[in-house]
Amino acid sequence: MTPLLTTKGLSRHFGGLRAVDVVDFALIPGEIRAIIGPNGAGKTTFVSLLSGRIRPSSGMVVFDGADITTMPAYRRVRLGVAYTFQITSVFANLTAFDNVALPVQRTLTDGRSKGQVRSGVMAALERTGLADRAGTLAGQLSYGHQRLLEVAMGLALKPRLLILDEPTQGLADSEIDNFITLVREIARGATVLLIEHNMPVVMQLADRITVFNSGKILAEGTPEQIRANAEVQDAYLGATHG
Amino acid sequence: MRDASPAKAYALHVGVIALLFALNFVLPDYHQGLFARIMALAVFAMGYNLLFGYVGLLSLGHAMFFSAGLYGAGLTVHHLGWGVPEAFIAGVTCGALLALVIGLLALRTSGVAFMIVTMMFAQVFYLLILYFAAWTGGDQGLVVQQASRTLNLGGASLDLTDPTVRYMSALALFAVVLLITLTVVRSRFGRVLVAIRENEERTKMLGYDTVANKLAAVVASGAICAASGAAYALLFGYVGSSFAGVQYSILPLLWVLLGGAATTLGPLVGTLFMYYVTDITSGFTSAYLLIVGVALILLVLFFPKGILGSIRERWLGWLP
Repeated sequence: MTPLLTTKGLSRHFGGLRAVDVVDFALIPGEIRAIIGPNGAGKTTFVSLLSGRIRPSSGMVVFDGADITTMPAYRRVRLGVAYTFQITSVFANLTAFDNVALPVQRTLTDGRSKGQVRSGVMAALERTGLADRAGTLAGQLSYGHQRLLEVAMGLALKPRLLILDEPTQGLADSEIDNFITLVREIARGATVLLIEHNMPVVMQLADRITVFNSGKILAEGTPEQIRANAEVQDAYLGATHG
Repeated sequence: MRDASPAKAYALHVGVIALLFALNFVLPDYHQGLFARIMALAVFAMGYNLLFGYVGLLSLGHAMFFSAGLYGAGLTVHHLGWGVPEAFIAGVTCGALLALVIGLLALRTSGVAFMIVTMMFAQVFYLLILYFAAWTGGDQGLVVQQASRTLNLGGASLDLTDPTVRYMSALALFAVVLLITLTVVRSRFGRVLVAIRENEERTKMLGYDTVANKLAAVVASGAICAASGAAYALLFGYVGSSFAGVQYSILPLLWVLLGGAATTLGPLVGTLFMYYVTDITSGFTSAYLLIVGVALILLVLFFPKGILGSIRERWLGWLP
């Protein structure tokens, strides 16, 4: 199958630090891919290069057959690359409704969806279980709900690739279960790439896992393969056998 | 931008316009004149509010857009003998074009740098007016002759120097701009502008070209301020360089802050309040600016979001 997204020799240096170092990577359409790795491994930098929030030092990013390496972030979003933030960054002074209305009206303007802003917004809020809070200011929602709102905004963009940066951070256990269900549901219509530290979540959700270390891909494979990989054990999963 | 009750909001705005219409017939001459001036300048404040209140861009150079309209209209009447409608359009066009150019340059910056850059451009504009004194009248300014301030509509000719015609013309402009602003801020475009104010980075990641949206807002703001300036020249007949000075860049900021930034009626309330506090206190003492200052400080202390901004926060959440 042709990959949805590939990177070739993708690198980003900050001064002498090689945050992302010559990474070749490919995503299969429809999969849920998790990126794991220790702090500072370059995970967030890597997905920022994919979403266009930062520019690479070298290498290229190809999405759906088109070279998007130099494309500004907002145009990638219009192609279907959506990014939700590691730190919750909903618009605190706007209502939940208005937060979701922004991505909905974007897809309407781009002709990627049809209908009214209102119905699109309510659909996304219902999917994330926030429909009864449409009129609440986002800043007054609980932390867990803000994270869900963030996901609703990502969903409303009708992404073909949804990048989730540590989506379960700060969620209660009960909320995490709902979240896993939600991501599975999203994955029926889109490819999902998530950075995640919560290993049970990763093991349950991911079709495949990519392990980053020091800006490079250390290993890649199914959850079982990764669990069995000694190198990964050393780098990340708690080197208990040493 | 609460989601509910568009009908209520439009009813309120139409009500305010109707009230201003009725006031024409009850106000004494002096106050009728003052109100006409306030409405024309409230348009300036509304233009400023669009950029400052909704997009969160603090410009210290909006006097240049106001005076682009002022001179655009005044000079075409004075030197080219243009009629009132053509001159008005010329003024608005000058403001919009100037805003386009200034926007392209100034939007490369943000925050304090944006304030300084806009202020510097406004100073350049001010000095250019003085430099080309042969056409602009320099610091003396120009008086637009009464004879040329007549609006021919169909067969009827309206003398803009007549107090009632002047009042109604100012009201017409005010009403049009008020309803335009209300529509814009409730539109999809308005929602994007507020999103840029709240978090520009996030707005980009929702697929919006924030620079293009900000530029559109600068041009709209510049055009509205120029409309105010053009109306001022045609209604009050004086075109002077003092309107291009720093003071007239600060005033709209004050009016908007007083009335309530990011409220559609705040600019009117702020302008009205400032004019009347100044007017009333200057009747009692020559140190009226001191009292104006104290009034401003009290307002900032007790109504930090401006008069309407605080009312919205405490009581009327639906206020646009």
